[in-house]
Amino acid sequence: MPNVVLRIFRGDRDSGQTADYEIPLTPGMVVLDALHYVQKHQAPDLAVRWNCKAGKCGSCSAEVNGRPRLTCKTRMDSLPHDKPITILPMKSFPVIKDLVTDVSWNYKVNRKIPAFKPRPGTDWRIMQEDVDRVQEFRKCIECFLCQNVCHVLREHDKHDQFGGPRFFVRVAGLEMHPLDGLSRVGLLKSELGLGLCNITKCCTEVCPEEIHITDNAIIPLKERVVDEFYDPVLRLFRKITGTETKS
Amino acid sequence: MTNPVNDKYETHEHDVLIIGAGGAGLRAAVESLTYGANVGIVCKSLLGKAHTVMAEGGIAAAMANVDAADDWRTHFGDTMRGGKFLNNWRMAQIHAQEAPDRVRELEQWGALFDRTDDGRILQRAFGGHTFKRLCHVGDRTGLEMIRTLQDRGVQMGIDVYMECTVTRLLTDNGRVSGAFGYWRENGRFVVFKAKSIVLATGGIGKAWPITSNSWEYTGDGMALAYAAGAELMDMEFVQFHPTGMVWPPGVQGLLVTEAVRGEGGILRNKNGERFMERYDSKRMELSTRDVVARAIYTEVKEGRGTEHGGAYLDISHKPAEYVKRKLPSMYHQFLELADVDITKGPMEVGPTCHYMMGGVRVEAETAATTVPGLFAAGEVAAGLHGANRLGGNSLSDLLVFGRRAGMAAAEHAKQQGSPVIDAAQIEEGAREMLTPFERKDGQSPYELHGELQETMQDLVGIFRVERDLDQALLDIGHFKERAKEFSVPGSRMFNPGWHLCADLQSMLTVSEAVTRCALARKESRGAHSRIDFPNYDPTWGKQNNIISRRGNEMVLQQRPTAQPPPELQKLIEAEKGAKA
Repeated sequence: MPNVVLRIFRGDRDSGQTADYEIPLTPGMVVLDALHYVQKHQAPDLAVRWNCKAGKCGSCSAEVNGRPRLTCKTRMDSLPHDKPITILPMKSFPVIKDLVTDVSWNYKVNRKIPAFKPRPGTDWRIMQEDVDRVQEFRKCIECFLCQNVCHVLREHDKHDQFGGPRFFVRVAGLEMHPLDGLSRVGLLKSELGLGLCNITKCCTEVCPEEIHITDNAIIPLKERVVDEFYDPVLRLFRKITGTETKS
Repeated sequence: MTNPVNDKYETHEHDVLIIGAGGAGLRAAVESLTYGANVGIVCKSLLGKAHTVMAEGGIAAAMANVDAADDWRTHFGDTMRGGKFLNNWRMAQIHAQEAPDRVRELEQWGALFDRTDDGRILQRAFGGHTFKRLCHVGDRTGLEMIRTLQDRGVQMGIDVYMECTVTRLLTDNGRVSGAFGYWRENGRFVVFKAKSIVLATGGIGKAWPITSNSWEYTGDGMALAYAAGAELMDMEFVQFHPTGMVWPPGVQGLLVTEAVRGEGGILRNKNGERFMERYDSKRMELSTRDVVARAIYTEVKEGRGTEHGGAYLDISHKPAEYVKRKLPSMYHQFLELADVDITKGPMEVGPTCHYMMGGVRVEAETAATTVPGLFAAGEVAAGLHGANRLGGNSLSDLLVFGRRAGMAAAEHAKQQGSPVIDAAQIEEGAREMLTPFERKDGQSPYELHGELQETMQDLVGIFRVERDLDQALLDIGHFKERAKEFSVPGSRMFNPGWHLCADLQSMLTVSEAVTRCALARKESRGAHSRIDFPNYDPTWGKQNNIISRRGNEMVLQQRPTAQPPPELQKLIEAEKGAKA
């Protein structure tokens, strides 16, 4: 099989440039295999984050030929070999070194979200039909590719006002849990900045778990925010009855 | 007492320090927090990426939601039988009794399992389990479990030290007092003072080249415990999962969940024969993992293997929609990585190094090691699984003994004063870490890792023989010498070559322990198969191998396996009678 050239970013948060590495292809090789080859034979200090190498842990995200991907699931034979294959770190997060980025911001956002709290007196009988839509959200492997491509973060850098698609998916999983007793709609409107999302579906396109982030998580959550905060009839009703409803 | 080292290295103090953030570590953290301890958790990767995330098939717990006849006694018997009666009976009992509560607890913390028709947690069949017992979420049960525990821990206020590797435990007069390690990101050293430490570092798969384990599984916890004076037990029992991917080369060893067989998958050789008939005609594909792994290995060795040296595993007789719903990640894995549509044709599979039954010797009730203040839970600990682990018993192990370790560690911490740190131990740890930068053109860690893996695969694999094991010990001795000559280019900033130098020290220690135990056990039992001793030996059936450190020397001795009380003995006798 032919050799190919990888053009990999080498550097840290202050400076860096790409460097070329020529490697031999093997059948079925994925980009992460190629990076490991470079580590083993040419650049032992090449920083790459990875774990399972099976598309289950979401550690090895990078931008391959300009497209955000899991490198463990990107086949080398799906990429053109006549020119170098460019591998860059995710753009929306600060570089630590080479392909490793500082994703700690995501963990900070996550801490803002109140965990599952069962409604009092629940008997823990749940039908599969009621679980199906939540299980879709719980497939998320936290690769943060959706965060990486979201314009609000990538172009507008609004990390301090916006939670990002990953955490809308997490909130959707909690809000639509058939036994959950909390409402996180206020949090969505304020701290997580759901209103900033203009549903361009970039997140959905890159999701390796094929979660319908925009259609199944973000849009229904936006509807809940509208119901809660902008529906004049409901507002009046609540004012009169003094009740809060959980949608 | 003030500590001179505090000024020099970043230092954190906790009542309980947990090393490893997979299922056992997180469950321990949650429990220690519940008991009011101040808890820190250190992990080599980002939070939520530990190997638990890859666990696919399910959590074994006798909830009797599907098969009403199931109860803990049957689960206990299955576990003992699967482990060839070498298990710590008390751990097997506690595990079987407590697993259902641990699963219900996960549900109460937000986990969403697949459901039965009447809305309860659905359970599926698995190898060696008498009843349908595995609570699951498709084939991504581990992800559900780790997210649930992670969210719970974060909500309760756990301090997480991500991408941080511990390279040695600190002791004070034989008691645990803390840990020393480095940040992967910038290579700076960090000191943890702790009254109790829970090891939850998982297994050792990376000492073999064909493995389902990720880079993290280098036996750190076992090596740390051994160095600190704890005992290791049953190190010869390394589980080779029967079904890993065999093609293409880059994914060799990647796990193919046992749930494929649990859902009705059939194994065939290249001649189309359903060969399990010859190895276990009663349980067939759902025989225990040791039996199925040896069967596939033998079929290949005797010339009946597939094109790429494996067996065919076929689930395509089931409706395509069913396969995609029950085994979604298998469907995608094969389609994307191997160009195989498993709803239309068979997968090619072969054995892959998967799990370590042996590990740190612990007390059943508390997960305490022989070193005061040091606890161990999950794969790093030995005892529950004996000579062979049943599928599904790992996730339940993490929950049951993670909880118990967390509880005992918090209780222990309450009785201790502030730990005293010995600066000399820290300086020694720092010096040891820095030597690879001090020389040029020394030993490449990648090269040595490759050679160690080759030795373990060829000489300490599924079938073992004295001559090979002797050679392996010689090899490992040479590797240990060469490991003193490591050199790495680059800086301390996120430098994988440098990290591998430290990981290799752990792998060399556990590889030696595995080989010594394998050499000593002159019989075949469970996952340990000796070509030169192919049968059970009644003497070996009643004793465990115990490894400890005397100076720089690894000492091996045998200790009698504790026998269960009469009422449990009766269950085991019944199981022995029923043995296939």
